[in-house]
Amino acid sequence: MAAPIIRIDNITKRYGPLTVLDGLSMDVLPGEKLALIGPSGSGKTTILRILMTLETISGGHIEVDGDQLYHMPKNGSLAPADDRHLHKMREKIGMVFQHFNLFPHKCVLDNVTLAPMLTKGVAKATAEKRAMELLDMVGMADKAKSMPAQLSGGQKQRVAIARALALSPKIMLFDEVTSALDPELVEEVLNVMRKLAVETDMTMLLVTHEMGFAHDFADRVLFFDRGKIVEEGGPDDIFRAPKQERTQTFLRKIIAAGHRV
Amino acid sequence: MTDWSGYIGLILQGALVTIELTVLGSLLAFVMAFAAGLGRVSRFLAVRALATTYIEFFRGTSIFVQLFWVYFVLPFAGVTLSPLQAGVLALGLNVGAYGAEVVRGAVKAIGREQREACIALNLSRYQSMRHVILPQALPLMLPTFCNNAIELLKATAVVSLISLTDMTFQAQVVRAQTGSTLVPFATILVLYFLMALAISSGMRWLERRVTRGLDGVRT
Repeated sequence: MAAPIIRIDNITKRYGPLTVLDGLSMDVLPGEKLALIGPSGSGKTTILRILMTLETISGGHIEVDGDQLYHMPKNGSLAPADDRHLHKMREKIGMVFQHFNLFPHKCVLDNVTLAPMLTKGVAKATAEKRAMELLDMVGMADKAKSMPAQLSGGQKQRVAIARALALSPKIMLFDEVTSALDPELVEEVLNVMRKLAVETDMTMLLVTHEMGFAHDFADRVLFFDRGKIVEEGGPDDIFRAPKQERTQTFLRKIIAAGHRV
Repeated sequence: MTDWSGYIGLILQGALVTIELTVLGSLLAFVMAFAAGLGRVSRFLAVRALATTYIEFFRGTSIFVQLFWVYFVLPFAGVTLSPLQAGVLALGLNVGAYGAEVVRGAVKAIGREQREACIALNLSRYQSMRHVILPQALPLMLPTFCNNAIELLKATAVVSLISLTDMTFQAQVVRAQTGSTLVPFATILVLYFLMALAISSGMRWLERRVTRGLDGVRT
């Protein structure tokens, strides 16, 4: 078995008196598709944000692709990571947000080419060629010159996926990427992600309330509650035969709310 | 009957000085506004403290006093400035302090989501500011910058106190020589108004330019 690409070792995250993650440990294998489910406030989004270095951690260690994420080796021990180290580590990770976070002052194409040109020094022509391939893959090539404000939510999210892919990360984080979409637009985004899962060997972590999609997409499902992993297993185990009572209760509520499993 | 043409010519010469002061003062104010405004959001305490001190000092003391310091007191420290240099310096530093708060407010108004997208795309702090935050913040600054520029234009009148022959100074000369208050002061009233009008229409044009393509994002 390959070594994990992500090792989360006993991390704690506190906001003032509130403990969001409490001594959490988990491993993710290269190429694994992981679904993180659980009630809101359970800490699942916080994990993605921590992996993207959008948060700090209050304790513990994270190793990504063989290197410490929030620490760096210094004189034989570990010191807090500096900007340069974080910059190096972020190359391995991409993230897609719930609210897309496209740059509203740049056209679709420029949204996708900006980071490769700035962070990797890719020439404009090369960056645009690659961007067009990615936009084609997400079905947005014909909108390359449109501004984000002219797009629907589903279209924006597909551009956001292309934008994250343009940096060729090894790990992609999807944070409730369909939660802000009108119901009829959800499927076009999920289709893109299905395609990604089949066509690439990227490691993908997905926080979602789309249980049906999580079931089809994930190799492994983690159920979170109150900052801890309550239960984990294959999608069939978790969705068809959950063992823990809290998992059962959560899934019952989700199904009652009309989500298909 | 007074022959006004010579006197009007004098006032127009003053108008040129006023325009020169306004343009140069605005340029300095613009530079100071960005330097201090971005300094205020720096992650380094020393930079923030320096920017805050500058802003509070120049907002908190009168332009009149500042001008006298620059022109009459600085020479004691070995720095002698021409009246024009002193005027530009005092006006630019004064208005720049107000502009700095505009820059800071606009930069802060570009929300967390945009900053997080920059981090996720691995842009450096400088790249985020230069390519993502400032281009979106600039349209928010322009309406207030327009106010500031007009304030600066009107504040140029105080430089007549350090013997700079601006429009107000010349109007007073004309008044003293002709005994008429109405004609010179009606003339400069109209001229100030026209200059302010030119500033505000120029700013509106600029605003339309920088917000192009952002329709539906901002109103």
